[in-house]
Amino acid sequence: MNKHGQQMTGAEMVVQALIDQRVKHLFGYPGGAVLPIYDEIIQQESIEHILVRHEQGAGHAAEGYARSTGRPGVALVTSGPGATNMVTPLTDALMDSIPIVCLTGQVPTHLIGNDAFQECDTIGITRPATKHSWLVRDVNDLARTIHEAFYVATHGRPGPVLVDIPKDVQFATGTYVGPAASKPKAYRPRVDGDPRAIRAAVELIAKAKRPIFYTGGGIINAGPRASKLLRELVEMTGYPITSTLTGLGAYPGTDRQWLGMLGMHGTFEANNAMHDCDVMICIGARFDDRITGRTDAFSPKSKKIHIDIDPSSINKNIHVDIPIIGDASRVLEAMIAAWKQSRAKVDRAALKSWWTQIDKWRARKCLAYRPNNDVIMPQYALERLYVATKDKDVYITTEVGQHQMWAAQFYKFEQPNRWMTSGGLGTMGYGLPAAVGVQAAHRKSLVIDIAGDASVLMTMQEMSTAIQHDLPIKIFILNNQYMGMVRQWQQLLHGNRLSHSYTHSLPDFVKLAEAYGAVGIRCDKPHQLDDAIEEMIRVRQPVIFDCRVAALANCFPMIPSGKAHNDMLLGADVPEIEIEDAIGDEGKVLV
Amino acid sequence: MARVTRRATSRKPSAKAQATKPLQPPASAYFIEERHDAIESHTLSVVVDNAPGVLARVVGLFSGRGYNIDSLTVSETEHAKHLSRITIKTTGTRMIIGQIRNQLERLVPVRSVKDLTVEGWPLERELVLIKVSSTGRTRFEALQLAEAFKAEVVVATTEHFIFQMASRPDKIDQFVAVMTPLGLVELCRTGVAAIGRGAEGMSAGAK
Repeated sequence: MNKHGQQMTGAEMVVQALIDQRVKHLFGYPGGAVLPIYDEIIQQESIEHILVRHEQGAGHAAEGYARSTGRPGVALVTSGPGATNMVTPLTDALMDSIPIVCLTGQVPTHLIGNDAFQECDTIGITRPATKHSWLVRDVNDLARTIHEAFYVATHGRPGPVLVDIPKDVQFATGTYVGPAASKPKAYRPRVDGDPRAIRAAVELIAKAKRPIFYTGGGIINAGPRASKLLRELVEMTGYPITSTLTGLGAYPGTDRQWLGMLGMHGTFEANNAMHDCDVMICIGARFDDRITGRTDAFSPKSKKIHIDIDPSSINKNIHVDIPIIGDASRVLEAMIAAWKQSRAKVDRAALKSWWTQIDKWRARKCLAYRPNNDVIMPQYALERLYVATKDKDVYITTEVGQHQMWAAQFYKFEQPNRWMTSGGLGTMGYGLPAAVGVQAAHRKSLVIDIAGDASVLMTMQEMSTAIQHDLPIKIFILNNQYMGMVRQWQQLLHGNRLSHSYTHSLPDFVKLAEAYGAVGIRCDKPHQLDDAIEEMIRVRQPVIFDCRVAALANCFPMIPSGKAHNDMLLGADVPEIEIEDAIGDEGKVLV
Repeated sequence: MARVTRRATSRKPSAKAQATKPLQPPASAYFIEERHDAIESHTLSVVVDNAPGVLARVVGLFSGRGYNIDSLTVSETEHAKHLSRITIKTTGTRMIIGQIRNQLERLVPVRSVKDLTVEGWPLERELVLIKVSSTGRTRFEALQLAEAFKAEVVVATTEHFIFQMASRPDKIDQFVAVMTPLGLVELCRTGVAAIGRGAEGMSAGAK
C-alpha cells in the first residue's frame, strides 16, 4: 500500500514512515509532546510498542535491538526530560556506532525558546551525542526528514540520529512522501576501497612474517557477510586474529587461529602478538586507548593496514602505512579477489615459527585463576554459564565493569550480533534494557544479561518492562557487593583506599525479582551452580540470578596505565602486594 | 613537582603501615603521550548546506574536540542551492589539522572541505573598520598613514575618522598597530575570507 503523496497529519506520517521503514518494534515512553503520535500508535497493529520505565531504557533497548538484528533501533520519547534522559543512550550509540533513530516530541513551534513546560533545546543538547539531528518545523518536511534520518543512521559509519517534532507539527496536515523520494542530497559515504591501496595491502599481507588480524565492531556493523568474508580471508592466510571488545563474534571464539580479545584486559598472546607483529591488518577498529596502551610503545615494529569506513578514524591515534577507506565487507571482498588473482602465497616457514612463538605465549594460560571449592569464583561462574548455554540460540548483553571483562574473556562467541556490550562509553546500566531490546527482536531465543550488582541497579526498573511485555530475559548477576572495577583501580592506583566502592545495603535480589513478578534464584556454592543455571534457563519468565561470587577477585590479565602491550600483569601469579605496586609513579601521574 | 615518596622500606607492610601509608599522587587510567610536533596555521574552506544549526555543528565540533579557531567567517554563497561557505583559520599539528578536516567532512550537512594552505598559498582578505579620534598633528598623521596603507575614509568629523581597509590579515595587524598611538578608539574585523589561487573552484557535490 503506497501512501506516497497522500494527505495526513504529522502524527499519522510518523507511524506511516516507520511502517515504510519496515520498523516492527518501537521502544518508548509517552508524554505531553508526543500524545498525538501515541494516539496513532494505539490505532495500528504493524508496529509493536514496548513501554519502558525510563527513557534511558528505551535508548539502550533500541541499541540492543539494533546490535542483535543489524536493523536500526527506534525510540520514541517526549520533550524536555524525555529527551534529556536519552542523552546517555545516544552518546553510547555514537561511541559504538550503533544505528538508532530517536524521535522526540517538542513543544509547539510558537513556544520554542519560550521556556515552555517540558521544553528543552533538544537539538542543542543532543548535537554532540548524535550523528545528525533535525528539528522539523513544517509538517510537509516531516516524512522526508524521518526517511532521511533512517538513511543517515544506517549508511556510512552507523550512528544515532534524532528527529525533534513539535506538537503542532504532529497535529498539522500535510503531504506524505515515501522513502524512495527522500534520499538526502549530499550524504554519500565512500564504501569501495581504493583498488591500488587494496593491492598494496595484499602484497604486504603476503610478505608478512609475523602477521596479525586486529578487528573490531566495524565488522559486525558491516553485516554478517563481512564476518563470513573475514573468516574466509583469515582461513586463506592462516594468520592469527584478535579483536576488540565490540568485535567479538565476528570470528569464532573456539577457532585455533583466534587469540582472544586484545587490549587492557585482553589475553597475553593477543597483546604480545600485537606488540611483536611485523604486519598488522586492522579492520573496523579504531586504535582506542583501551587497545593501544601507551601509544609510543604500540606495536613498534609493524607496518599497519587500516580498513575503516570513517576517514577520521585513520591516523587519529596511531600512524598507519596503508589506509583503506570503505565498507568492511566490500573491502574484504576486494582483498580476497586480489589475493586470489595475484596467487599470493604466504611465507609458510616464517608463519610456522610465528605460531610457535604464539603457542609459547598461549602456554602461559593467562586467564587461569585459583579455583575454589567453597566460594564461586566469577570466572568459574562464567565458564559454567558458557558450557550450559553455548549450544543454545543465545544472546549475551552485559553491564560495565569486571563482569563485562570476564564475560569477554570466558564467553566464546561463534557468530556476530550475539554480543551486546557498551564499549566506547562504558555505560553501567546498559545490559538490562539492551536485553529487553534483544528479547523483543528474538522472542524465542535465550537472552542473558551478564551483570554486576552495582551496574544492574542503575536500570533495574526495566524488569517491569520485561514482565509487562512477556520478555523472559535472564539477569545473571555476578554479585561481589563491590563496584569491582572501581575497586580494582583503587587498589592499583589509590593505595587500596576503597572510597565508596562497596555497597553496604544491596537489595535482596531474589525478593526484588519476586516483587517485579519475576523469578529469583540465588546461588553461592560452586557445586550447586550448574543446577541453578539449568533452572534459570528452564524458566520461561524473566529471572534475576543472584550469583554470589568471591568478593575480592580482580580482573586479569591487565595492561596497567602507562605500560606497553608486552608489559602485562597476569592474574594467577600476582600477590596482593604486587597489585598495589604494578603501576609505577610515572604511570600514576599521567593525567 | 612534589612527588610523594612511596614506602620504600618493606615490600610487605604490616596492617599498621598500611594505615599510615602516605597519600599517593593523583592517578589516571589514561595514557597521554607528549607530542612535540610543530604547530602550523591552516586555512580551511568548507561548503555546507545552509540549514539551521550548521554553524553550531561546526563550532561545536571545534570546541568539543579541543581544536582552535583563530578566525571564522560564514555567509551563503549560492542562494539557489542554499549553500554557504565557511572559512576557518586554525592552528594545530599536521595530525590535528588532518583530523579537523576529516571530522568536518563527517558532518552530514558538510558538502566538501578544502585545506587551502595545503593546496598552495591561498588568497586571503579581511575587512577592518577602525575608529580613530584625535586632533592636530596626530590627526593629520593618522590620515597620512591611512593613505599610505590604502585605507579608505568612510566617516570623517572634526573629532574622528572611521577608516575602512580590505587587505591581508597581517597588513591589517600592521595598520592597527600604527593607529594605536594615534587615537584608536575601537575597531571591528570581519575575519578572513579566503579562496584558492588556481583556475578550478571547490566542488560542492555529493561527498
